[in-house]
Amino acid sequence: MATNIQEAALEVHDDHHHGPLKHQYEDIDQQNETYIVGMWSFLVTEVMFFGALFLGYVLMRWEYSNDFYISHFQTEVFWGGLNTTVLLSSSFSMALAVHFAQLKEPKKVIAGLCVTLLGAFCFLGVKSHEYLVKIADHHVPGPSFIPPAGTTHNGSQMFFSLYFMMTGLHGIHVIIGAICITTLIILWAKRKPVVTEDYVPTEMVGLYWHFVDLVWIFLFPLFYLIPK
Amino acid sequence: MSLTATQVEAIPEKKNYLNHDHTIWSWLSTGDHKRIAIMYLFTVSIFFFMGSIMAGLIRLQLISPNSTLLEAETYNKVFSAHGIIMVFFFLLVVIPAILGNFLLPIMIGARDLAFPRLNLLSYYLYLAAGVLFLTGQCFGGVDTGWTFYTPYSSMYSNSQVALTITAVFIAGFSSIFTGLNFIATVHKMRAPGMTWFRLPLFVWAMYATSIVIMLGTPVVAITLMMVVVERTTHIGIFSPDLGGDPVLFEHLFWFYSHPAVYIMILPAFGVQSELICAFSRRRIFGYHFVAFSTLAIALLGFFVWGHHMFVSGQSMYQGVIFSLITFLIAVPSAIKIFNWMATMYKGHIRLQTPMIYAISFMGLFVIGGLTGLFLASMGTDIHLTATYFVVAHFHYVMVGGTVTAFLGGLHYWWPKMFGRLYPETLAKYTAIIVFVGFNVTFFPQFILGFLGMPRRYAYYYYYPELQPYHIMSSLGASVLAIGLLLPVLYLTWSLKYGPKASDSPWGAHGLEWQTQSPPIPQNFETRPIVTDDVYDYSDDENEVYDQPDVKQKPTPAGAH
Ligand SMILES: [Cu+2]
Repeated sequence: MATNIQEAALEVHDDHHHGPLKHQYEDIDQQNETYIVGMWSFLVTEVMFFGALFLGYVLMRWEYSNDFYISHFQTEVFWGGLNTTVLLSSSFSMALAVHFAQLKEPKKVIAGLCVTLLGAFCFLGVKSHEYLVKIADHHVPGPSFIPPAGTTHNGSQMFFSLYFMMTGLHGIHVIIGAICITTLIILWAKRKPVVTEDYVPTEMVGLYWHFVDLVWIFLFPLFYLIPK
Repeated sequence: MSLTATQVEAIPEKKNYLNHDHTIWSWLSTGDHKRIAIMYLFTVSIFFFMGSIMAGLIRLQLISPNSTLLEAETYNKVFSAHGIIMVFFFLLVVIPAILGNFLLPIMIGARDLAFPRLNLLSYYLYLAAGVLFLTGQCFGGVDTGWTFYTPYSSMYSNSQVALTITAVFIAGFSSIFTGLNFIATVHKMRAPGMTWFRLPLFVWAMYATSIVIMLGTPVVAITLMMVVVERTTHIGIFSPDLGGDPVLFEHLFWFYSHPAVYIMILPAFGVQSELICAFSRRRIFGYHFVAFSTLAIALLGFFVWGHHMFVSGQSMYQGVIFSLITFLIAVPSAIKIFNWMATMYKGHIRLQTPMIYAISFMGLFVIGGLTGLFLASMGTDIHLTATYFVVAHFHYVMVGGTVTAFLGGLHYWWPKMFGRLYPETLAKYTAIIVFVGFNVTFFPQFILGFLGMPRRYAYYYYYPELQPYHIMSSLGASVLAIGLLLPVLYLTWSLKYGPKASDSPWGAHGLEWQTQSPPIPQNFETRPIVTDDVYDYSDDENEVYDQPDVKQKPTPAGAH
């Protein structure tokens, strides 16, 4: 029994000594490459996840092109454009954070991450405001739905269904991203070796955040900038 | 022979992944891929048992043309539960999560999967999904069938659709994380010398399966989520009264659910390749063809979904194209069958339990595959669609394919997993009982379907002439039930009373047979370096087997 405890203590000590290297890997390079392969595979899954909704959008816009055109005036380009700017800048600060993670400069990493997190909250704030306006205008599909003037009931309901589902799913991703970034900030603030000695965890959250940004780059024109 | 047995007996219990820590918590919090595989084995078996009970109820109901055992509504819920359990909680999980989890890292010479904690999360997501599904059953179950077609599921059904779909959604993420783990592991964790073309074909199969999981599952996940959102909030794109398109659901659903068939059958192909080589004592014929046909099936599988919709109002030209591609996908499947047969030709075939399963797999899969061609041709499909012909076809592929391969693989790797041998003679007879029971159950259903018995009907009083076929099918089901129950009994028995297995009880080739049985927690004492080719049976003369009734070639005295 005593030896067991000793062994366990030794193991714990060992783990600590090796820092971020997990037992299943030979060296830190293998671990990092594996993390990156895993992350990119996950992003492929995410693309397919949104893909089904984009397909739905294409088909419905084909079917109800005029209704989509008229309905899109209900979304405000100002707020959409503001959110695009916010997300793009947060992607830039995220890239800086990853850069400084590679250089092992914790303070600058934390600064970059905090700016990114601020961007995420800004985005969510603007989005909530837009949702509230649409709820007040009875533009939520369902029994209480009132179509914008000049559109058919069906076509405009499809526009707003897709609007809520696609931006909603994107919003959930922003929230998940904000949680990941917050966790990362805490880990960096505590100078945990899992992040300070290995930049890859930071890079993975970065990749995820760029993906979230990229999805919005597609959503913005599809709902705010429909040409005649 | 007896020498090796006593040698094994004399050695005291070595440290292995099962006995190095006994606490319950060490199991529940484990990152060890082997322990997670055992946890899956246990949980999946429970679900398989529940699904089988549902199947039994269906077969009991249909013995009589006007049965009063189940009301029509209850019957709908029973076959829905049968389908959902068997597809989402059994077939999609069984080989990847049990055999794949256990074997993939060992086969490529790694200490574990790339992400052990993610693997554990997969298991708990699966468990949570299962619990959620059963909760839905307790609150009245679901009557949509496993396909959840809109607008019935999104507007009209008064059963637990939202709860059940959420369960399936969570199970999907369990599956995605397993696939992600496998892809990263195969790419980055191979031992030195383990090149891509030295990978066992089971690993190729797992890799191709993972690709299908990663590309297909998210699509069905979001599609099913849209149904839930539409049901609960009226925001949706499927309901006609919102202006939506219910057929779009079918497209998105089958875009995943046809490839899902390959998530079920590709792992079976992988197991099959291992069994055929090990018991024919030969390198597989056309290794590259088998490996690439696996990838071809995985990719082509994404372009055939329209064959489920020949009568759903898609255009004739769409139908023709989907029909053609469906015929095309029969080619790589046939390549595999021919390669296995060529491997057996002039091999030293040993008819042991796993090999009996492997051979019955080939027979059943050929019937399942060829009857699929009737359904792939638009003309015949109009007559056969939504009849028992379809039911028989996919049971031949899923039960005759996946379940048979799983049983074969489970017997083959059982000594590795638990270090014990099962009673070989009993197991052989069981394999034959399964084969006979299966055919008696499902062959009459081809005839039933051709005569016009629709699937999902609780009665057929308008056509009582069908009764003999139904009785035969139900009779076969009880034989099949015995065949499936026996392995549970004797495999459990063998855990305690079975003779100890050596490290390589079959004398088979592969890294998993070079480590201890059962393996140590980190799989190998030292990192293996692979120098020989895959399935290299060229120096087969001096192999030692500890299967009692194998006719041994006389080995020269003093060889051991
Ligand atoms: Cu299909």
